[in-house]
Amino acid sequence: MSLIAEMTAHPPNAGRSAVAAFEEEFAAHRRAARRAWGIGTAIFLILFALTAWLGDFFDVRQVTNAEGEREWRWVIAAGIPRLGEYIAQTIPVLRWESLGADFAEWFWRWRVWLDLLLETVLIAFMATTLGVIGGFILSFPASRNLAPNAWVLWLSRRYLEIARTVPELVWALIFVFCFGVGPMAGVLAIGLHAAGALGKLYSEVNENIDMGPLEGVKAAGGSWFDQIRYGAVPQVLPNIVSYTLLRFEINVRSSSIIGYVGAGGLGQEFRTAMSFQEYTDLSALFLIILVTVIVIDFASEKLRHRIIGMEGSPA
Amino acid sequence: MTQPTDARIAAAMTAHPRAFRDPAPVRIRKIALWVLFIGLIAWCLWDFNFSPERIWTGLGRLGRVASFMFPPHIWTTWEDWAEILNGLGETLSMAFLGTVLGAVVAFPLAFLGAKNINRIFWLRMSARRGYDVIRAFETLILALIFIRAFGLGPLAGILAIAVSEIGTFAKLFSEALENTSRRPVEGVVASGGSRLQSIRYGILPQVAPVYLSVILYNFESNVRSGTILGIVGAGGIGFLLSDRISAYRWDEAWSIIFLIIAMVYLIDGLSARVRTRLIGSLERTA
Repeated sequence: MSLIAEMTAHPPNAGRSAVAAFEEEFAAHRRAARRAWGIGTAIFLILFALTAWLGDFFDVRQVTNAEGEREWRWVIAAGIPRLGEYIAQTIPVLRWESLGADFAEWFWRWRVWLDLLLETVLIAFMATTLGVIGGFILSFPASRNLAPNAWVLWLSRRYLEIARTVPELVWALIFVFCFGVGPMAGVLAIGLHAAGALGKLYSEVNENIDMGPLEGVKAAGGSWFDQIRYGAVPQVLPNIVSYTLLRFEINVRSSSIIGYVGAGGLGQEFRTAMSFQEYTDLSALFLIILVTVIVIDFASEKLRHRIIGMEGSPA
Repeated sequence: MTQPTDARIAAAMTAHPRAFRDPAPVRIRKIALWVLFIGLIAWCLWDFNFSPERIWTGLGRLGRVASFMFPPHIWTTWEDWAEILNGLGETLSMAFLGTVLGAVVAFPLAFLGAKNINRIFWLRMSARRGYDVIRAFETLILALIFIRAFGLGPLAGILAIAVSEIGTFAKLFSEALENTSRRPVEGVVASGGSRLQSIRYGILPQVAPVYLSVILYNFESNVRSGTILGIVGAGGIGFLLSDRISAYRWDEAWSIIFLIIAMVYLIDGLSARVRTRLIGSLERTA
């Protein structure tokens, strides 16, 4: 609004009422905001109380204190010193004068662990491969703009949803029962879960593509498969590669714990160390997994930048 | 435009060989990569013992296990239902309280990692490395440690989710702080505001919608991870599920899996609605 129009719309003598109107409106706004804030806080507090009750957050138990009397203590407060003790036990004895020997003592099972670490990474690799194949194939019928018809769309979307909603560990429990203990169950479990997650991401990429090339292929007489192959795939490839690398990192983390239910990899050593009270083994395993995850994250970051650099920036 | 006949295509290929095939080094690299990839897969298949007969027997067992899906098992007594519903409630509580605690602790920490607020380089960098270290710990492994200290039950799960979320939230929050516009801050400073007021009135309104959507998104994913914490003993529905599977009560196990899927659906739908309402209104006022 220009100044002239402003002057004609609100002559100066009407200033007071305009200010009053503004003040009123502002006060109304403040009231509404305060009310919304109050309602939000109330809902939050109710939820907090309910979940704290369900989750035993303020649980109290009887403990014996130093004087030998029974007293009630809040579980969290009582547990923190125990947590400190537990973590202190996992720290190995490293003396400066016998550092090499102490390290050898700390990583005494290094041959076994190295073997299992390789297995862990290979499980992640195989699972990612399976996940990419499954997710890639299903992502095209699962995208709204590419699906040949409605029921194919519905079916493939439901399948992907179920595959990614059920956690890897649950699939692993089922597959360990079916295929026996070992890395095969882990590969299938993580692969199935990854296929669900990747299929969704890929189909979101597919829904954002330019439909022009597909129409071109169709005009030249291509079938649905031709349209996908020559019209859609070249457009989504860079994104698919970077999502796949990200998923590989996630799968390495998953495969390092999936052994806990008997599906291969380093996770089974965690379980053994816990049950045999080998506390220093736990910290050694932590370190191994930590270093592996950091190295793989770093390497795939580098690879991703190279690929994105080659393909142009991802859409 | 003349028709491309075979002869003309051949002629074009001889005239411009580079347009029709990769140069030799690129070709060799591609072939080598494929050979490596296929070789690795083959070796894995052999090493992991993917024999056809094992796959076959496994599939047979899988079919038998899956046949328990229909008709789904319906619990008849109120005791059974109470147990299952309590498990679902525990899972939701672990996700909710874990997310809330993580967000509350991460909120002040995030300022340490943001370039536009914390200008001390070494402090900022060490804070960021700290978040990375926290994020490297798997929730499940944290749960195993906390079970030792706090006993079996949902408490260990709450704290495991909270601790691993601190790292994630602190990282994402500090990124959100760095992505804010400087203009509102300058406006507050120009009208005489202190440094604290410039953060409170210049930056926080900008990051509030981002924070909320991050918190909601992580809550959804924590509901998913809350279902598995029970498998290692940290309370929730996973405990019941692994118990049913180890007792080979597959019909009940499938029903629990259905309920988990239904719960995740419900939470996703709810949080989508909360997201549009809350964040929409916040962005209008911001």
